[in-house]
Amino acid sequence: MSEHTLTRADLTEAVYEEVGLSRNESAQLVESVLQMMMDRLIAGENVKISSFGSFLVRQKGERIGRNPKTGVEVPISPRRVVVFRPSQILKSRISESLDSSS
Amino acid sequence: MIKSELIAELAQANPHLYQRDVERIVNTIFEEITEALARGDRVELRGFGTFSVKVRPARLGRNPRTGEPVQVPAKHVPYFKCGKELRERLNE
Repeated sequence: MSEHTLTRADLTEAVYEEVGLSRNESAQLVESVLQMMMDRLIAGENVKISSFGSFLVRQKGERIGRNPKTGVEVPISPRRVVVFRPSQILKSRISESLDSSS
Repeated sequence: MIKSELIAELAQANPHLYQRDVERIVNTIFEEITEALARGDRVELRGFGTFSVKVRPARLGRNPRTGEPVQVPAKHVPYFKCGKELRERLNE
């Protein structure tokens, strides 16, 4: 598998090619989409993108962790995390393209 | 928030764009990420997070009804790791 990394620039290019806008405006629109999603998540709201997946805000309680170097136990404070649940469509598209069919 | 609300919010922030184009913009972004993952590529969006594909190795499973061992083939699954900025802003 030849692994390549896409960035905002690649998403901008895709938007630029799809819609007749300038590269600069395409970049701003990509940024707006990411910011709007982040604002909702930070406000504690889930973000569901049909046929792609859901970004869910989860509350984690306090737990005891351990410094792996010293072995000293330290409390890990309660926190909020975002988990991504891929849609069945996204899972199938990846699976169909990359799993060996044997 | 669902996708149609994201499209509506983006359309409202960009009143000079056609609704139809705003829809295409949002769909293009998620389609591009999907295609990258289907090629086995990573998508790194600094501040937001990184999408990648992980391999669940092949394993020996068991038919729960008969107890018979069956070979479960390796499987590729999408994975998202929250970005540093988002993680920090969630806990401010």
